[in-house]
Amino acid sequence: MLEGWDAVALARAQFAFTMSFHIVFPAFSIGLASYLAVLEALWLATGREVFINLFNYWLKIFAVAFGMGVVSGIVMSYQFGTNWSAYADKTGPIIGPLMAYEVLTAFFLEAGFLGVMLFGMQRVGPRLHFLATLMVAIGTLISAFWILSANSWMQTPTGYAVNADGQFIAASWLKVIFNPSFPYRLVHMVLAAYLTTSLVVGAVGAWHLLRDQHLAGPRVMFSMAMWMATLVAPIQILAGDQHGLNTLEHQPAKIMAMEGHFESHKDGAPLILFGLPSMAEAKVKYAVEIPKLGSLILKHSPDAPMAGLDTVPRENWPPVPITFWSFRIMVGLGFLILGLGLFSLLMRWRGRLYHSRLLHLFAVTMGPAGFIAVLAGWITTETGRQPFTVYGLLRTADSASPLAAPAVGSSLIAFIIVYFAVFTAGVIYILRLMAQPPHQGEQGPSRDVPARAAGITPAAGAAVEGAR
Amino acid sequence: MSFDLATLWAFIIAFAVFVYVVMDGFDLGLGILFPLFPQKADRDVIMNSVAPVWDGNETWLVLGGGGMMAAFPLAYAVLMPALYTPVIAMLLGLVFRGVAFEFRWRTQKERNKWDIAFAGGSLLAALAQGIALGAVLQGIHVEGRHYAGGWWDWLTPFSILTGLALVTGYALLGATWLVMKTEGELRDRAYHLSWVLLIAMLAAIGLVSIATPFLHVQYTHRWFTWPNIILTAPVPIAVAAVAALLLRALSNRYDYQPFFLTLALFALSYAGLGISMYPFIVPQSITIWQAAAPENSQVFMLFGVSVLIPLILGYTAWAYWVFRGKVQPGHGYH
Ligand code: HDD
Ligand code: HEM
Ligand code: HEM
Repeated sequence: MLEGWDAVALARAQFAFTMSFHIVFPAFSIGLASYLAVLEALWLATGREVFINLFNYWLKIFAVAFGMGVVSGIVMSYQFGTNWSAYADKTGPIIGPLMAYEVLTAFFLEAGFLGVMLFGMQRVGPRLHFLATLMVAIGTLISAFWILSANSWMQTPTGYAVNADGQFIAASWLKVIFNPSFPYRLVHMVLAAYLTTSLVVGAVGAWHLLRDQHLAGPRVMFSMAMWMATLVAPIQILAGDQHGLNTLEHQPAKIMAMEGHFESHKDGAPLILFGLPSMAEAKVKYAVEIPKLGSLILKHSPDAPMAGLDTVPRENWPPVPITFWSFRIMVGLGFLILGLGLFSLLMRWRGRLYHSRLLHLFAVTMGPAGFIAVLAGWITTETGRQPFTVYGLLRTADSASPLAAPAVGSSLIAFIIVYFAVFTAGVIYILRLMAQPPHQGEQGPSRDVPARAAGITPAAGAAVEGAR
Repeated sequence: MSFDLATLWAFIIAFAVFVYVVMDGFDLGLGILFPLFPQKADRDVIMNSVAPVWDGNETWLVLGGGGMMAAFPLAYAVLMPALYTPVIAMLLGLVFRGVAFEFRWRTQKERNKWDIAFAGGSLLAALAQGIALGAVLQGIHVEGRHYAGGWWDWLTPFSILTGLALVTGYALLGATWLVMKTEGELRDRAYHLSWVLLIAMLAAIGLVSIATPFLHVQYTHRWFTWPNIILTAPVPIAVAAVAALLLRALSNRYDYQPFFLTLALFALSYAGLGISMYPFIVPQSITIWQAAAPENSQVFMLFGVSVLIPLILGYTAWAYWVFRGKVQPGHGYH
């Protein structure tokens, strides 16, 4: 099945595959952890039961998603050594400490308080419990901080020197951590996580409103989610635009690939909306384009000259079609999300937020949009920086481990089989939880424990199972 | 022994790995013992006894790996490809068992499937870790800054032996944890298992100790020549003493002692390992000084470690304290 692939190509496929699975869970749990903290705070402040019901409802979903994020994340951290050992040797002195700080400041914090957050309400009381929830939420954000700093340093390396063994070493830790693309990437990713979560919460709320418009829980969550989407979508589009300008400055070849600019344009580059980029012919076939708009967006002047890939040596070209298409998918979804937000605003204004079936249907279909946009965004970022792992300094081909292709091929197949089996089951369990509306007296991630076998639990459990 | 930065970091990484081994050791051990407790009621209690803490336990593994990449990048870059298959197997095992904690409560029909995933994943992860340990001890083929062996070099009778030894040790940790955390019939069975596993573990320690000196002259030299023997002899003597105390604690049916004495047994075996390996981080080819990251990376992390590790130990202890005492069947954790 994988004949003809060399070990490096297989290792790239494996990294891309495992990373794509991993990122889906953090994107959801970063947003959901913050949402849970907000719900619990609202409950503590107002004492309204609907908030604690919603909290317990989403907590169960969080527990399942978080577990999957953890196990897929542990795989990621070891792959630097197993599959990218030359890379680990050379960048270890810089990337290693950043990831070690992530473990020390974020992962331990999340893991340490997770148990109390999930099972500790009775034992520690509401206030300490809220502290635990807050710590988990903060932990997820700190985690994003460090890992995005590490990734951004690979994209836009600054503050380093090279020692006699060919290793990168830090000349200034501040410049390493706060490298030029890091602020943009951090903002863009955290907003992406919030948007993703708001779309999921909104879709679940809308789903239950479609069946019954009077349910209190779904109303509250739908309204909260729509506020979030409405407010964050425009900010995200602005942030993305700024991110692009930053990329133009530091990784121009990536922008050329995203825009499909094979040729240089002396007096104003067009914005190519659609087309089929062909690397062999070095042009975008069947291009639908708007003249001058490319320069207007990227240089803020319609006639500004723009260099194209013809100024970049061919061996440094990123894979254009993937970068071009994934970028369009992300941006397209960004505007659709904005559309959803504006539509909900209109309905809210007309007092039809809980009654418009069209809005609810729209929100349900947009449920997965955040995940798709996140994946598309990462694919743009990562393929657009090829063929380097440390931009301009270390080639992907020189980063890999000295492994035989069959070794990597077998592990890749094992990951594909295991991930699909395990994570499909997890997603089904999450969807089942979501299919139930939140109800009064909602329990947290309770354990249906044996001694209650004296009474109702098994039968009730079986009934629930049957109802699914 | 000169006490420099690299040595200090060797101790920090060794500490992280040790904390991992004993903390995840007992919860992997519970997974290994799972098939011996076929009753659903028992299994629920066993799961509940670690559900609030397993994630924290496993985070030490990430610190061990990530910390090694940071402090000894060369060692990380050589060891991981050399141990490719066992490491991937361990990761996949951890995937199965990690998700089982939540998944098994989310379904009735498929619960059995996740119980098998929990047990099988734990066993696979433990076995792979033990095999990796044996593969490191027996030596790794290095050329320049790269691993230069094949992808099956790790598989030898010795590495299988260390694999089985670690499985036995983890199972003993798991059994004594159950003694501490459960009551009634479940605890009786845990006592019984602890006996059997203790004998097996002592046999395993004996076999590994006999086999190790045959791997390399350095190990023989380290343990059996004068004057080293003054320093090394106390280790086996202490093992014998702890084993005797452990036997007594089991026959007196103490609650807490068996678990903590098993921890001491692990600590001693681990010290023995350190004596064999020091100052190599990749035995016989790369020393801790050769593998060390540049000073400024190690210093940068030292700030974090010296403040954060005590903090982490503090709130981890709090989490264990919150869930202290016997797990009550029928209450569980809500
Ligand atoms: C901390 C580092 C880091 C982070 C956060 C990411 N990546 Fe990455 N990625 C790498 C570090 C890396 C790398 C180690 O540097 C790779 C391996 C080989 C390579 O070219 O870069 C890579 C390659 C790589 C490739 C292969 C590119 C190609 O072959 O053309 C894809 C598709 C992705 N990644 C996808 C992702 C996705 C979907 C991510 C997040 C959602 C992601 N990466 C985050
Ligand atoms: C190659 C890159 C990455 C590696 C090596 C990595 C590593 C890990 C590891 C080891 C864990 C489990 C921690 C635990 O035991 O609790 C984890 C979880 C997590 N990761 Fe990643 N990660 C990567 C990318 C990312 C990215 C890009 C983000 C988000 C911006 C992210 C956010 C998180 C979060 C929030 C968690 C907590 C678990 C969860 O939320 O599901 N990670 N990651
Ligand atoms: C329509 C507006 C948007 C624009 C103009 C935009 C722009 C960009 C650009 C230019 C990049 C590449 C950065 C690089 O050079 O490496 C990027 C990456 C990314 N985008 Fe967007 N984006 C938009 C919407 C979205 C949305 C709606 C999401 C998710 C909900 C999202 C998620 C991401 C992610 C996860 C990345 C990779 C991480 C990063 O580099 O920040 N984007 N975006």
